[in-house]
Amino acid sequence: MSVDKETVIKIAKLSRIAISDSEASAMVGELNGILGWVEQLGEVDVTGVEPMTAVIGIDGRMRDDIVNADPLTGGGVPEKILANAPAKEGNFFGVPKVIE
Amino acid sequence: MMSDITDLGVAAIREGVVSGDFSAAEVAEAFNANVAKAKVLNAFIVETPEKAIAAAKVVDADRAAGKILGKMAGVPIGMKDLFCTEGVQTTAASHILEGFVPTYESTVSANLWKAGAGMLGKLNLDQFAMGSSNETSYFGNVISPWRKGDGDNAPLAPGGSSGGSAAAVSARLCPAATGTDTGGSIRQPAAFAGITGIKPTYGRCSRWGIVAFASSLDQAGPMARDVRDCAIMLEAMAGFDAKDSTSLDLPVPEWEAHLNSDLRGKKVGIPREYRMDGTDADILGSWDKGIAWLKDAGAEIVDISLPHTKYALPAYYIIAPAEASSNLARYDGVRYGLRDLPDGSGLQDMYAATRAAGFGPEVRRRIMIGTYVLSAGFYDAYFTQAAKVRTLIKRDFAEAFAQCDVILAPTTPTAAFALGDKSDDPLAMYLNDVFAVPASLAGLPAMSVPAGLNKDGLPLGLQVIGNELDEQGVLNAGLAIEKRAGFVARPGEWW
Repeated sequence: MSVDKETVIKIAKLSRIAISDSEASAMVGELNGILGWVEQLGEVDVTGVEPMTAVIGIDGRMRDDIVNADPLTGGGVPEKILANAPAKEGNFFGVPKVIE
Repeated sequence: MMSDITDLGVAAIREGVVSGDFSAAEVAEAFNANVAKAKVLNAFIVETPEKAIAAAKVVDADRAAGKILGKMAGVPIGMKDLFCTEGVQTTAASHILEGFVPTYESTVSANLWKAGAGMLGKLNLDQFAMGSSNETSYFGNVISPWRKGDGDNAPLAPGGSSGGSAAAVSARLCPAATGTDTGGSIRQPAAFAGITGIKPTYGRCSRWGIVAFASSLDQAGPMARDVRDCAIMLEAMAGFDAKDSTSLDLPVPEWEAHLNSDLRGKKVGIPREYRMDGTDADILGSWDKGIAWLKDAGAEIVDISLPHTKYALPAYYIIAPAEASSNLARYDGVRYGLRDLPDGSGLQDMYAATRAAGFGPEVRRRIMIGTYVLSAGFYDAYFTQAAKVRTLIKRDFAEAFAQCDVILAPTTPTAAFALGDKSDDPLAMYLNDVFAVPASLAGLPAMSVPAGLNKDGLPLGLQVIGNELDEQGVLNAGLAIEKRAGFVARPGEWW
């Protein structure tokens, strides 16, 4: 499988990365080089092999159902949450108008 | 006296502070001075001399009060700028996080401060830990303190992604530093810089507060100048953390206390697939020396096979970008970091403009590869296939460890290359991690230890890979190599 310029533009759109026409052209060769190389994985017989989901076998843990059990991940800290916001109003993040 | 302190490692500094040979504040001042003198190496993105002094004063006061001091008491360290540090800018060497000041501390760095360490600064790295030469940092290249012995002063790559960590430890700007390893990012720079670094079993160190690259692979570890220092620092970094869903709920072993370089009764596996065509003769020579050293330490050498080795790197370059494309979706210009809002644009334009301006070329490339291999119609052919190959790579190791206790291999296919040599060819750059990536995909502990110098006078590393949770076996084999390699070479102080 190989990508063309149209596909590169589509991937960039899915990735939410603005891309110019000339950047897209330049990426066709780069991405095809990498994709062509990873395609050797198709040689491997994976009949009956499960895809890996966890590299070290551990059971999923449940935490105790306690509000703010760990203060580091608890709530009630809007000033900390907003401390690095590029734009804010009150206790809200500011973004461009979404609904006309 | 002051010039001698910066030659000391973690254990020697801690012992000197505990016994009162010098104060922790003197140690911090000596390293702060070395950091200040070495700006040309560009190892640090942010320097925090006041933090190093403040932590040292606490240790000195605790000692004066007769309190028991921690494992890292009085040891100033460098912190890879991938760890969130409360009140100190954390960028992952990216423009998109420039100016981001975390309101919380990563678990690993918090553990180190609790153990008595202090912070000299935040270390440069490849942007979002994506790179093998530290050339993808938004804040400029790190220059290796090493130079070729033939008078060629071309700046060399310190390796990556933990290139600032490797350069700083090697140049005596800090006795030890944190690193993170996704596909070799501790071991490869350690090998290039003639230092020691260990990536523990996946899950030993909490990922909470570390800027995520590929979550199923990312693992923190120490980089220092010898095996014992790595053992001490890893003990301080590791431990169960409920805030990381893949954290191992196991006690932290006393690796330092159990260090033992007597390998009688141990079997060391030599994977035949790592003997690749075209591998540098000096690398093969150092591997043969390593085999002889481990035999001398009492180990039995056995041939092993890891049949899927050649597929590890391509599988990695599907899995890691796929996870990165998902993890890096959070950088959208809304909640933190850069926002690029072209005039009159809406939310979608803001996302796209912010991410185009905020991510460097290698990061954009990996996000796009990851997006492609996860997209409808290609998911099974690429991602599922890679995840199945990963299962086979893990199985190869499990079968090998039925026949041996640890595996010995080179860390890298070559010694350090010059900056600029591979930066235009992503595939050539990726191939640098060919020996490091398989252990990452299998979640295994793996370490690089200096083995000697090549014909150009540049360091070469040997890699020890252990079974799950067997950091002790890795450290012990590493120590056996260290004792026999007698590696004392260090870069001349040209900076």
